[in-house]
Amino acid sequence: MSSSILRTAARVLMPLLVLFAVFLLVRGHNDPGGGFVAGLVIAVAFVLLMFADGVEAARRSLPVSPWHLLGSGLLVALTAGLMPVFVGRPFLTALWAHLGPERWDVLVGTPLLFDIGVCFVVVGVVLTMTFSLVED
Amino acid sequence: MLEVVLPIVLALLGLALLIAFVRLWLGPTLPDRVVSMDLIAVLTVGVIVTASAGSGQRALLDAAFVIALVGFMGTVAYAWYIEKER
Repeated sequence: MSSSILRTAARVLMPLLVLFAVFLLVRGHNDPGGGFVAGLVIAVAFVLLMFADGVEAARRSLPVSPWHLLGSGLLVALTAGLMPVFVGRPFLTALWAHLGPERWDVLVGTPLLFDIGVCFVVVGVVLTMTFSLVED
Repeated sequence: MLEVVLPIVLALLGLALLIAFVRLWLGPTLPDRVVSMDLIAVLTVGVIVTASAGSGQRALLDAAFVIALVGFMGTVAYAWYIEKER
């Protein structure tokens, strides 16, 4: 299917979807959102590209292959879980740190890292399934 | 003002959903059903936005945003399969 309407719409919508996914990912700790939804939205952005330009173009636009994304996401989530163990706290305890100067105090913690890992895993799983289903 | 408008809007959206569902139920061909599914997705966005306006829950708007952005993907996928079947 090579509709120029769809291809143009995909080009406009893809950055918007990825931006919204980042927004969902970052605010997911205190408000609705989080890694899972963000991963789904990013995956949908690439599925849209797949419908517009074909599987090969979608694979090329992804810098790494989906299953590498899956594995690295699991590794990132595991790292976030293991970090408190090295400080002497139970597995998966949230660690928080204040970064930056006094006026622009940024609160970062391991839950965000865990959410990023979940996001990678979801993108990897959905894209692996979709690409292999379409290539059949 | 909002208290008067909200029930009317919700009733109209419900009626539209019902009509779209009748088309989904009867729809003699697959494209008819696909179009009615797309219409149901759009009407769902309307219902969520109305509920968000009525309850003041701004978090609901995110769900509407996601459905509005992603809802047409299903239609595109169905169109892709219909094209493939031929």
